[in-house]
Amino acid sequence: MAALLSPVAPGGQTRTAPPPSGRSGGVGRHWPFLLIVPALLVLLAVFVYPVAHTFVGAFTTPKPGTENFTWFFGSPANVAVLTRTFSTALWATLICLALAYPYAYLMTVASPRARAALLLIVMLPFWTSLMVRTFAWLVLLQDTGVVNGFLGLFGLGPVGLVRSQAGVLIGMVQILMPFMVLPLYSVMSGIDRRLLTAAQSLGARPVVALLRIFVPLSLPGVAAGSTMVFITSLGFYVTPALLGSPSEALISQFMYTQVSGMLMWGRGGAMAVVLFATTLLLTGLLGLAMRAGRRTRAGAR
Amino acid sequence: MPVDRTTPAVKGARIDLRGMTKRFGGSVAVDDVTLTVEPGEFMTFLGPSGSGKTTTLNMIAGFTDITAGTLEIDDRPVGDTPAHKRDIGVVFQHYALFPHMTVAENIAFPLRQRKISKDERRRLVAAALETVQLPGHAARYPGELSGGQQQRVALARAIVFSPRVLLMDEPLGALDRKLREFLQLEIKRIHREVGSTFVFVTHDQEEALILSDRIAVFNNAKIEQVGTAHELYERPATLFVARFLGESTILRGAARPEGAGSTLTGDGFAVRAPGRVDAGRDAALVVRPERLRLIPDEPGSAGRGASGGTPGGNAVPVTVLEEIYLGAARKLEVVLPGGARGLVREQAGALSGLRAGDRATLTWHPDDGVLLPDDPTIERIFT
Repeated sequence: MAALLSPVAPGGQTRTAPPPSGRSGGVGRHWPFLLIVPALLVLLAVFVYPVAHTFVGAFTTPKPGTENFTWFFGSPANVAVLTRTFSTALWATLICLALAYPYAYLMTVASPRARAALLLIVMLPFWTSLMVRTFAWLVLLQDTGVVNGFLGLFGLGPVGLVRSQAGVLIGMVQILMPFMVLPLYSVMSGIDRRLLTAAQSLGARPVVALLRIFVPLSLPGVAAGSTMVFITSLGFYVTPALLGSPSEALISQFMYTQVSGMLMWGRGGAMAVVLFATTLLLTGLLGLAMRAGRRTRAGAR
Repeated sequence: MPVDRTTPAVKGARIDLRGMTKRFGGSVAVDDVTLTVEPGEFMTFLGPSGSGKTTTLNMIAGFTDITAGTLEIDDRPVGDTPAHKRDIGVVFQHYALFPHMTVAENIAFPLRQRKISKDERRRLVAAALETVQLPGHAARYPGELSGGQQQRVALARAIVFSPRVLLMDEPLGALDRKLREFLQLEIKRIHREVGSTFVFVTHDQEEALILSDRIAVFNNAKIEQVGTAHELYERPATLFVARFLGESTILRGAARPEGAGSTLTGDGFAVRAPGRVDAGRDAALVVRPERLRLIPDEPGSAGRGASGGTPGGNAVPVTVLEEIYLGAARKLEVVLPGGARGLVREQAGALSGLRAGDRATLTWHPDDGVLLPDDPTIERIFT
């Protein structure tokens, strides 16, 4: 009966749309963009210009040419540093993912109060200075530190937790955890948990439902978090400098030595260019892979 | 639509609920529900939101623990069986399709869990898509389908593994009216073809009347009445059922036994009713709109036609408040002597010609009323 009573739009009644009030095209429509000009100017001055200067310097200092790059790739030690930097970043990413995935999952199923507490715990590193945290790790991890002291009670150790790859990874993972947990949580909290109930009604054990439904749907969070952690860890300086071994330096420490110690600005610039280009290449490949995955999903029509 | 004469693929299971109770903290969501759903039956749980119908369904599906009572499927207690081992198909209001799988993968999901071979899977998926009339959509993703199509896929996924019980929780609730009416007929056809026992939850009484073999009316965590649509409409057991299913005129008063039935005396009327109610309780007489007839009062005549129009019938003087045109029929809202409203339905061929403001006599045969104990709390639910 609702259909019978529903009003039929009377014909012949042409409704004239009122002209859009206020600004109509021209400069007026673009004036909000003026608001970002101050920020753009600051970025140009303190970010774009120095980066451009460094990149240009890589090709021009001390004299124009690719001398700096020949130097970098000519020495196996340099290439080893680059490889070590990427492998450290990869390990940091994998460890972060392994720790953050269950943590973020717990956040999605926890009560609102517990969730707030979990979020607070993961955010705490953000509120402490990087230096303070790294020194704190030094206190905890050194051979005479808290951890080895505790192990000593049982006649174990001391374990070389500091001045080693392990120390670097411990420090990096703790600092980078929020960058993995937050994107994961954001994606996971958007997954409809009723899908898991549905999967169970269709005969899937709870763990199968989790692996076949929840995990695939959380992959965008994995990709976002991993990219963020990986790229950030490539540029770490303070943590490897304090917790790492000088014989296993990462590329940022190498740049520092070249620039600050040997005043070889061109070589530092060349290393920056190589790191930048490699990072761009890797993230570009990841992005392409993800888009291809999406296309096979959406383009199956 | 041609009736499918093929023998049903599955023999439906019998479901026995005995004293099923669910408590959440201090509140009772389902209170001592006892009900048997016969094999192959289409049973609908009908009731307002919060009446316990969905919780009961969730207990059958295994999504919710049973606080007390037993649940048996084909005489086998399943109260402690986890959901994934119950072999029950479930269709949800929100479709619950897996967005990262194609339609075919979604439908094949329950088959993969049952380790069915790839060839067999392909055959069964195609057959299920055929049943829900969506062939050619196998490679699509759920996000590319309309709401109605998504619900068809969900239905295909729930029947593809030939479960002997299929549960549906307001499956058409998110769809617009036209599509809902169409899919109701589709679900009825699929029920006939598949042969499983269907339990369908809805708050839409019209939907319940269209689909069901029997309806269980839920209210306040309890079942008020179980019966066929005809039984519930013609012989409601409680005032709630009468109010929830269909429209009616309700006359309230004091009932006193007289002969085989009772006499109900209210504000400005005294009418005969079949049956009795407990002495000392207020009573309500329920009469359906199509059982009522309006006789226009002759202008100037003092008599109310109490015995003139229908010998032996009931007669109550009323004033017509409003007429509602429905095409094939019209409804007249009338004001009873005490101020309560009544509703009369006149078929297009038998119109009284009364208009709003006219005075008339409302008549009906005493056996067409249903006398029930009054429940003053009911009106609060419906108004």
